[in-house]
Amino acid sequence: MDFDLSDEQRLLADSVTRLLADQYGFEARKGYQKQAQGWSTELWSRFAELGLLGLPFGEDYGGFGGGPLETMLIMEQFGHALVLEPYVATVVLAGTAIREGGTNEQKQALLPQIAEGALKLAFAHGERQARYDLTDVMTTATRDGKGWVLDGAKSVVTHGDCADQLVISARTAGERDASAGITLFLVDANAPGVARRGYAMRDEQRAADIALSNVHVAEADVLGEVGDGLPVIERVVEAGIAATAAEAVGAMAAMNDLTLEYSRTREQFGKPIGSYQVVQHRLADMFMSMEQGRSMAMLAAMSVNQADSVERARSIAMAKVGVGQACRYVSQSAVQMHGGIGMTEEYAVGHYFRRCMVIERLFGDPAYYLARLSAAVE
Amino acid sequence: MDLSFTPEELAFRDEVRAFIRDNLPTDIRDRMRLGYSPRKEDQIRWQRILNKNGWAAHSWPKEYGGPGWSPVQRMIFLNENQLAPAPETLSFNITMIGPVLIQFGTEAQKSRFLPRAANLDDWWCQGFSEPGAGSDLAALKTSAKREGDHYIVNGQKIWTSTAHNADWCFVLVRTNPSAAKRQEGISFLLVDMKTPGITVRPIISIDGNHHLNEVFFDNVKVPVEMRVYEENRGWDVAKYLLGNERTGIARLGKSMERVKAAKEMAREVRFNGKPLIEDAAFRQRVAQIEVDMKALEISQYRVVSAYAKQRDGRPDPLSSVLKVKGTELLQTTTELAMDAGGPLSMEVWAKELAELNAPDDLLEASSAATGSYLFLRAASIYGGTNEIQKNILTKAVLRL
Repeated sequence: MDFDLSDEQRLLADSVTRLLADQYGFEARKGYQKQAQGWSTELWSRFAELGLLGLPFGEDYGGFGGGPLETMLIMEQFGHALVLEPYVATVVLAGTAIREGGTNEQKQALLPQIAEGALKLAFAHGERQARYDLTDVMTTATRDGKGWVLDGAKSVVTHGDCADQLVISARTAGERDASAGITLFLVDANAPGVARRGYAMRDEQRAADIALSNVHVAEADVLGEVGDGLPVIERVVEAGIAATAAEAVGAMAAMNDLTLEYSRTREQFGKPIGSYQVVQHRLADMFMSMEQGRSMAMLAAMSVNQADSVERARSIAMAKVGVGQACRYVSQSAVQMHGGIGMTEEYAVGHYFRRCMVIERLFGDPAYYLARLSAAVE
Repeated sequence: MDLSFTPEELAFRDEVRAFIRDNLPTDIRDRMRLGYSPRKEDQIRWQRILNKNGWAAHSWPKEYGGPGWSPVQRMIFLNENQLAPAPETLSFNITMIGPVLIQFGTEAQKSRFLPRAANLDDWWCQGFSEPGAGSDLAALKTSAKREGDHYIVNGQKIWTSTAHNADWCFVLVRTNPSAAKRQEGISFLLVDMKTPGITVRPIISIDGNHHLNEVFFDNVKVPVEMRVYEENRGWDVAKYLLGNERTGIARLGKSMERVKAAKEMAREVRFNGKPLIEDAAFRQRVAQIEVDMKALEISQYRVVSAYAKQRDGRPDPLSSVLKVKGTELLQTTTELAMDAGGPLSMEVWAKELAELNAPDDLLEASSAATGSYLFLRAASIYGGTNEIQKNILTKAVLRL
């Protein structure tokens, strides 16, 4: 048991921290958000130069052979700076799908391009009716000669609007909710029959709803085994939960810093509000929640590659609940301790609040995972 | 960074588990399983078994009779001991006076008291709190006036756990009432409980048991060589005592054991026509507790692992998090076990009932669960209330 970082890990975290401190202030971020795609292409290139876009991929695929812990370290910094770029969608979600499901040819074709910053992907799995059930897939893929034809709709596909390619799940067999019969496909985002409507979510990050109508996909673009996509989808979601859990920790740390600083400078009744015990104890509670959340984000990162799938799912579910609950407490408290200014668009704390709100429900909210854990109580 | 135990740590855990399984007397284990606090003789018996194996003084270095364990090993031992469930080693002896004497004691004090504390030949108690000095400990008034080779102690202590069992008491006294700062007039004395002038009066707590006492000092003569560290520097000793040993402060193993007991009860009792363990609301409560226990477990690993690396003696501010969250969980888990018992948890299990009814483990467990629920309301009060822990966090971490 060891919680120390290696020199390489420390170096990685430091370089990301420096880049973001230098380039990703709150005002600069507003500029990135106003760019056409809702984030900065320039920063995306910097991420590629730093090796972040190939971080979790093997050296054979132009990557750096990093693991979930490295992802955790940079995601925490991304959370602290409220990074807008499609990192989770491309590198974590689609990257995991390709790593777990792809053939060697597919990996060779895609991963080096991702690492270079030349290719963006999105993971198009969720559907409007599915809520958080991973097996509720109604999009269909039917055989058509040597290929497949996709029909259906995907909703809230994060960074689906800017993606060059989509990893799309579709039912090739079985009824709605059946575990078997789900297949993953790699689809050109501009292929005929793919209609995308992009929008900003509540937290200013981009997403898209996607309609699929008679979309032709070649056999070579099946990702993984036909009908056996669910285990890959689960790995993708677990990696996504771990990454965004770390992001949430960074956002919580930033909110706690802001709130602490505010409590030192804001004066009422002739004294800084931080001199009042009622405020101090709320700050202490926020600190404790964040630290418990941090422990859970560590658990998630250290579980992503665990071989036992039941134990892995259980740890990830616990982390999802713990981090989500911490997020809600810390962000609600941060706004409350700021008073009126915390309610405003011009001040940072509300932006963290909304990012946390979105992270809480990406891949399933705490109530969903608590229900799963409840069902498994022995 | 690696969350999993090393093969050596796993082997150590198995060794501890096997030792406890093979050596914990079954009558003690059975009482503990039902949720009772250990009896005095249970506590002594088990601590001596551990001490024979060199394990009782789990946090002490080898030269003083401890096992010289790493913080990780210590955590594993404490967890296994609580999970067994076995009586915990007497904290006054092992985590309080022992480390204090190792740090501040004279050679004579060390050689006289340490081996006897490890073996529980002397039962120690803690004379800190007073009627007017609870969270504000530095307000204490019990006085010690120097007369030749002795101090004459007068005053009153309160909430003194197990004073009625104790052979010795470490006491904070005021030796300089006119010091510029209240903290600068306090000394730390070792007092033989058989000294004339000491009166112990029981306080019955809300679980109906006798854990707590008032202790009165009426012209009690304490030899000067029973003072630890310098005169008027007792506050330094007290601060060290309260901050030095935080491994196991969360008592996570105890919470885990209580959840296990609650689940066992829930399999036996019914709710809405089916076993309580199948009720969705009950299961959700258990799941939430298990999530919170997991977060505490990882936080504890983080604290312990940081301790293992940097031995600068300063308590990790995260240990206040462990204290607050750990005691909250102790209270939540004992509440769960009590609720699982349902109406049976209202009974006070007593000898008379045992004579009336056939032996009934469920009734005993329910009644004992209520007892520990009531007793552990104290968990967020003793050792610095949870509100005081938040004050500590405010100063040490938030620097407000």
